[in-house]
Amino acid sequence: MSYVTKSPWIIHYDGSSCNGCDIEVLACLTPMYDVERFGIINTGNPKHADIFLVTGSVNEQNINVVKQIYEQMPEPKVVVAIGICATSGGIFKECYNIMGGIDTVIPVDVYVPGCAARPEAIIDGVVKGLGVLAEKRASMDKRIGVIPAAPEAAKEAAAEVKEKEEA
Amino acid sequence: MNLTTAIIGIAAYLILAPIAGGLLAGIDRKISARMQGRFGPPILQPFYDFFKLLEKEPITVNKVQDFYVMCFLIFIVITGCFFFAGGDLLLIIFSLTLASIFLVVAAFSSNSPYAQIGAERELLQMMAYEPMVLLTAIGFYIVNGSFNIYDIVSSDVMAIQYLPGIFLGFVFILTIKLRKSPFDLSMSHHAHQELVKGLTTEFSGKTMAVIEIAHWYENIFLLGFVYLFFVNSLSWSPVLAVIICLVTYFIEILIDNNYARMKWQIAINASWIVAITLGFVNLLVLYFMR
Ligand code: SF4
Repeated sequence: MSYVTKSPWIIHYDGSSCNGCDIEVLACLTPMYDVERFGIINTGNPKHADIFLVTGSVNEQNINVVKQIYEQMPEPKVVVAIGICATSGGIFKECYNIMGGIDTVIPVDVYVPGCAARPEAIIDGVVKGLGVLAEKRASMDKRIGVIPAAPEAAKEAAAEVKEKEEA
Repeated sequence: MNLTTAIIGIAAYLILAPIAGGLLAGIDRKISARMQGRFGPPILQPFYDFFKLLEKEPITVNKVQDFYVMCFLIFIVITGCFFFAGGDLLLIIFSLTLASIFLVVAAFSSNSPYAQIGAERELLQMMAYEPMVLLTAIGFYIVNGSFNIYDIVSSDVMAIQYLPGIFLGFVFILTIKLRKSPFDLSMSHHAHQELVKGLTTEFSGKTMAVIEIAHWYENIFLLGFVYLFFVNSLSWSPVLAVIICLVTYFIEILIDNNYARMKWQIAINASWIVAITLGFVNLLVLYFMR
């Protein structure tokens, strides 16, 4: 059994979000939702984190920041893109400085659509991320390296969301 | 002091302290959560965290840092072993200081600004609590005529009767040692971070796990100090002492949840003033009364 799923520590980074999704992420820590029930701690330190929560899309200025945080996190690690901005660029997609979703820079494992994503959805996304985390941990044991891409289901969901967006 | 009790003490400490320390940390988190109106993590959460940290990919900034962190653990354990074997109080205080210094050096060696400021603050904290710890040892010496823990435990007097001021002073600096608000300046266990993670910013995976377990050993040893104030040759006194230890820890949790973090100047001033008023005056009174 892997202990990674019992004590996922998160780091939260605000890309170029409107702050709506950030407030919802922080709401998860309040007495109302209390994610510490699941052992989740908001660390603020990439070296201690297992799950990377990104809100907002990537812009020209923060590409390196996102990459650095991701690279500083020790394996096994999971990236959860929160809100439609982080998934595909959302309402900011057409802006001159926006690259698009987080997956244009680092591999994303779970997409949580919504504008803003509800705390329940965020918790669901993190719990889904735990499955991926366990898988990655298992593959570390087998020394076959880490699965870089998102699981198929999550990818399909994201693709659907993107289609709807474009429609 | 005979050899068998010493060996039993050491063995019990080596095996039971991490278990008790981890449980205490879990209960701490649960009670803190309840005080904040939350449900809180399972009691065993610190153990899950510990085993998770062991599972993570090792990333170290440089090779020496792991060595220093390991020394921190080893000297904390040695300190505790001296204590529970009934050794010399002064020796215990010196090896405790040495252990803390290793942690500071480990943080300095990582070259990260957060860790370095954390290390500087840790040094300031040591300056803040050392005088009171020394006064505590002197107090025990005046009451029992010996620095030896075994003599203190088996004497007929209960130290608290003569050392109420020193006890209160010790509980005050215990807040610093247990890394509780308002004095968790160099690193914090809470969601509201200080200097990212202060001292431990650059440590991850196994190194972090070693620090965690060292803290558990350290906390149990510190509560042992509280225990020492209430224990004497009577058979019921250990029970009383353990209860007082738990109550003290609960009060520390209460303080932790009620105060915001203070500046380091206040930490130093407050703990020195407490050491002088409560500790030193207690010693003076004791000196002239006996
Ligand atoms: S998804 Fe909506 S709420 Fe979230 S950051 Fe983007 S615009 Fe703001």
